[in-house]
Amino acid sequence: MTTIPEILRRIASEDPQKIAVVFQQRSKPDQVITYQTLYRNALRYGKILKEHDIHPDEVVIIVLQHSVDLIYAFFGAMFAGAIPSIMPFLTEKLSPEHYRKSLRSLFEVIQPVAVITYKDFEAEIQQATQNSSVRKILIVENLPTVDFEISVLPGFGRPSNSIVLLQHSSGTTGLQKGVALSHQAVMKQLTAYQKAIHLNATDVIVSWLPLYHDMGLIAGFLMPILLRVPLVLMSPFDWVRSPVLLLRAIHQYQGTLTWLPNFAYNFCAQKIRSSDLEGIDLSSLRAVINCSEPMMQSSHEMFLQRFLPYGLRANALATCYAMAENVFAVSQDGIEKPVTLDWIDRKGLLVNKIAQPRPKGNDSICMVSAGKPLENTQVRILNEKGEVLPERVVGEIALKSDCMLSEYYKRPDLTHAAFLDGWYLTGDLGYIANGEIYITGRKKDLIIVGGKNIYPQDIERIVAEVPGVYPGRVVAFGIFNEEMGTEEVVVVAETEEQDTHRKLEIADQICFQVNRSSDIVLRKAILVERGWLLKTSSGKIARSANREKYLQEFQIVDRLEVSTE
Amino acid sequence: MEELFDDLSRFIAETILKNPSRKIDPTEAIISSGLLDSFHLVDLANYIEARFGVIIEDTELNRQTFDNLEQLGKIITERMRGK
Repeated sequence: MTTIPEILRRIASEDPQKIAVVFQQRSKPDQVITYQTLYRNALRYGKILKEHDIHPDEVVIIVLQHSVDLIYAFFGAMFAGAIPSIMPFLTEKLSPEHYRKSLRSLFEVIQPVAVITYKDFEAEIQQATQNSSVRKILIVENLPTVDFEISVLPGFGRPSNSIVLLQHSSGTTGLQKGVALSHQAVMKQLTAYQKAIHLNATDVIVSWLPLYHDMGLIAGFLMPILLRVPLVLMSPFDWVRSPVLLLRAIHQYQGTLTWLPNFAYNFCAQKIRSSDLEGIDLSSLRAVINCSEPMMQSSHEMFLQRFLPYGLRANALATCYAMAENVFAVSQDGIEKPVTLDWIDRKGLLVNKIAQPRPKGNDSICMVSAGKPLENTQVRILNEKGEVLPERVVGEIALKSDCMLSEYYKRPDLTHAAFLDGWYLTGDLGYIANGEIYITGRKKDLIIVGGKNIYPQDIERIVAEVPGVYPGRVVAFGIFNEEMGTEEVVVVAETEEQDTHRKLEIADQICFQVNRSSDIVLRKAILVERGWLLKTSSGKIARSANREKYLQEFQIVDRLEVSTE
Repeated sequence: MEELFDDLSRFIAETILKNPSRKIDPTEAIISSGLLDSFHLVDLANYIEARFGVIIEDTELNRQTFDNLEQLGKIITERMRGK
């Protein structure tokens, strides 16, 4: 088994002029990066890191916007034998203090030795790295040019089971869990996933996804580059302001594959102006793969209806179940076949936790299949005692594969707790029918907003600090928003305040603080009187019980949720 | 100008924030405060185009171009006049 630097070296020598990436940026011409260019620029970063005494197995944090430097620095860190981890860049709404705080909490666990960033960001990073393990802040604008004589870098000839990268999800809680992946795990995932999606030499992958997220990093970045499939890459920042850019790129480069979180189907269908779609042809697309948050048939239908007139093929809709802990994909459906739909009895699912087939109607709900497991991955459904459940019974999804994470980086406690007899416990709830996986909900109190994992405790911590909120009496949970195609966070907080105007101010302040200190935008902050929130027998605020109470009291009909109690 | 601010404030409160009672002050920060999420900037641009016939480019949907209704209103009126 080989390593990622060696694969890139091989392609750069066998096929130097082959296009690896077409990088798109607003108001700039497309930048074509060949394998030779990619290899040489990664070598440059590798050499620079080595010259700054960055050693193998040390972590290098990359804080760069979507750019060619991000690509080069990422591979360059691997070439130096170091472990790169890409962090999200500070967004317009996020408060710098909060951003620093989250970087600091990351540094405490991960113990990185270097940060690569921009000049404009140097002061920010300096403040965040005070008294930390970071020895070096490298500023891309100040880095020297180096000659491209082939030299020996420590990243070549590494064992294939050494750690190649770390992936984090967001928030204080998510940052504590760096998913450490080895070269061998990444390559085994790609080999298996390539078969599942029938990836071939005629494919062109188009992606707007961020690289600090598994879907963007693996499906929309490493896979095409390492398997010699051309990649057209654009910035999420550009895409969210102009979603038509994705479709234009597909048209322009005859894109065949793209991955989207569920909300993006709604977003594209609802927000792109018809005038922007003139002349666009999407017939080259063979799969639009829905992944990383609950998949809704209504989102698929909305997307198909909107883009059918532009050549989108009905059988292009596909689904995938994935997680960073398995590098990426666990299962896949919809490749050269329609995605399987399973109409099941609503009550049976909610009450008995059994997925009983029932014809389409008011009493049934439509479950979208995530397909069959990849050939290297086994999936089981377990009950609370860890016993294997039969088909169509809902339980926790557990998996075993040859491409699992090496560990949660420097967190043996979390790593240990995540496995049961060699099976990784996903925390997702679901069932298997005819060998295909269906996801029904989650065991953990995790909210997925637009594909981003949000831990409610992080939100609750922020809200607890808002003046007027009764200490410790806050709960955050997710409610599916049909229009947006994703979950929306709701905060319910107790207050002793009686004045209506003052209560509105507190609610406003809660939204403001959450917006400034987290990755989400909060719109629903509900203030309730003292004693409203339900507690568990151990005195903790019960999230799912309060969620139920909220739904009942505010008369909101929940579309689909399986109780986890 | 007041009418324009009211119009934009109403659109943001009703359609984006789903909170019709909310008033957005013309000098209140709307992007850097997180009041408008990046996912809703497209809605705002689409609305302005449909309502006033003025195009706000996607490359202008950032706080450097406008961060409150006063600044946004100025861009809209200038472009309406320029037509």
